Amino acid sequence: MNAESPDAPTLVAIYRKMVAIKLNDDRFISQIKAGRLIMPYYSARGQECIPAAISVLLTDADYLVTIYRGIHDMIAKGVPPKLIWAELAGRSTGSCKGKGGPMHITHPQSGCMVTTGVVGAGMPIACGLALAAQLRGEKRVTVTNFGDGASNIGAFHESLNLAAVWKLPVIFVCQNNRYAEHTSLAKGTSTKRISDRARSYDMESAHVDGNDPVAVYRAAKAAIERARGGAGPTLIEATTFRFNGHLIGDTGEYMPKGEYQTALAADPYPRYRNWLLQNKHSTTAELEKIEADTAADVDAAMAFGFDSPLTDVSEITRDVYASPA
Amino acid sequence: MADPINTIQALNWALDDAMAADGSVILLGEEVADPEGGGIMKVSQGLSTKYGARVRSTPISEMAFTGAGVGAAIAGMRPVVEIMLMNFLAVCMDQITNHAAKLRFMSGGQTHVPMVIRTMTGSGFQTGGQHADFLEAWFCHTPGIKVAMPSNPADAYGLLRGAIEDEDPVLFVEHFPSYWTPGAPPDRGKAIPLGKARIAKSGKDVTLIGYSRSMHDLLAVEKTLGADGIDCEVIDLRTVSPLDMETILTSVRKTGRAVVVHEAVRSFGVGAEVSARIHEALFRELRAPVERVASHDSPVPFAKQLESAYLYSHADIERAVRTTLQS
Repeated sequence: MNAESPDAPTLVAIYRKMVAIKLNDDRFISQIKAGRLIMPYYSARGQECIPAAISVLLTDADYLVTIYRGIHDMIAKGVPPKLIWAELAGRSTGSCKGKGGPMHITHPQSGCMVTTGVVGAGMPIACGLALAAQLRGEKRVTVTNFGDGASNIGAFHESLNLAAVWKLPVIFVCQNNRYAEHTSLAKGTSTKRISDRARSYDMESAHVDGNDPVAVYRAAKAAIERARGGAGPTLIEATTFRFNGHLIGDTGEYMPKGEYQTALAADPYPRYRNWLLQNKHSTTAELEKIEADTAADVDAAMAFGFDSPLTDVSEITRDVYASPA
Repeated sequence: MADPINTIQALNWALDDAMAADGSVILLGEEVADPEGGGIMKVSQGLSTKYGARVRSTPISEMAFTGAGVGAAIAGMRPVVEIMLMNFLAVCMDQITNHAAKLRFMSGGQTHVPMVIRTMTGSGFQTGGQHADFLEAWFCHTPGIKVAMPSNPADAYGLLRGAIEDEDPVLFVEHFPSYWTPGAPPDRGKAIPLGKARIAKSGKDVTLIGYSRSMHDLLAVEKTLGADGIDCEVIDLRTVSPLDMETILTSVRKTGRAVVVHEAVRSFGVGAEVSARIHEALFRELRAPVERVASHDSPVPFAKQLESAYLYSHADIERAVRTTLQS
């Protein structure tokens, strides 16, 4: 292990976040299928490593901007799952009182400032969060997540240019899961590597295996240090795969035969667990305890959500403006 | 009596005084800093020299710098973003209507966007179909954002201060052709709160309702009609959304007649909303149906004779007033 690699407690902390992401995701899906949660759900199953490895390098003071496929980013950053459960269930105790839903979860205490349902739209906002930090001389950084599809929308290009010109403390994290909704990377994207697009903006970049937490950690550490040190933004492309398609219910007919099975065989979740054990960074007992504790946490978070009171309909008149019209 | 000033000077004072009073006020926009000219209309001239990095000239990337305004506002700044011309709002609509206007609601009140978007527009300079539209109805139709449209230098100052102090996002629409029209100077240091209309002239026969450019026309027509013995009450909305219905209804309850005038095209416009609300509230008290006077439902044309035909005339306003008086 060189200096850039995480120590064993950090590696285990990454695993702990991955478990929380995976077990909550499994449960969201089972509750959707049981008819208890009614919502559009864009599962990030398969992409756990990326935010888990980045978030161990961040504090609550650092800002996160994420997207509709972003509950993994939120959980990794520290948004309490019980507030997410209550939000998805439309309860008054939800992070946004049930007024935002899965695509707009917000929790400033943990730095989750904006979640957007519009492809690419988070990146300009991330530039503004970073600008505020820069103007005030704060050391906090802003991480903005998006998919491969978002690298083809104007907001991506405008934001990379602006962040580079102003040396903003932003880390652009492209979680390249190979598909923009149903369109493959090759059909919709002119470059083989999205990270190459950073060169057009004279911006630092990294291209990493997003299924390898150590690789993601190393790239993120360099980018975060660069941003905190005032040296400007970085574009990180982390390659990965989404195992539940674009939206729950997606049957994946647009994918070549075998692609899904091949990806699933390399599922980073069990692979990382085995790697931790083989390299003696942890023990079976420690990991089993994490898994059991997290499963209990998910039970409690789900119960909190479903047992909370429904948001009163009077909330429709609140928060439209600062004062009721 | 203090010397009159124009709207450019009034806006410059408003920005200067707001930046001096509150260190979180920042300016973003194309060419707003002094090396680039202090704004295309010189509204921010001198401010980057005085306030340094708080005034930033941006690339021509409306989506990026409007979104940056949203992000900075969420983080506690008070950004004033300049969109050079109102038509260019179309390239950053997503940041304004899907984000700035909705984040307070969608976050359950955890975040909010105290941002001002300054922009300008107006026909009369033969700038054609993409540089002169009045598009305020798009934004009035979006809950969560306010729309202020001053008609004179003193109001431009007070409303801009009010917009910057407001906790909600505000679209602030300036009328390009009247930037140089002199008017009474503002009461420096005093903000005009949003959502309050002003009685520009009291009268008893008919209520004329306008904002921005149409106030100049209404005050001219009111004099002509006054010479004929028609006593008009003239209301300057100042803030188009939210509408000050209390002031409007109090006036129309008194006169029983109303004419709404705006430079924006007629169909689905602010005039339709004002008219509908008056009819809903005062149907039985009205002495005539509410009249609307607006621009022709077409893109703004280039050639002078077409551009003139596009905009309503003073004769159109007079005719509308006389129509209400015939009932």
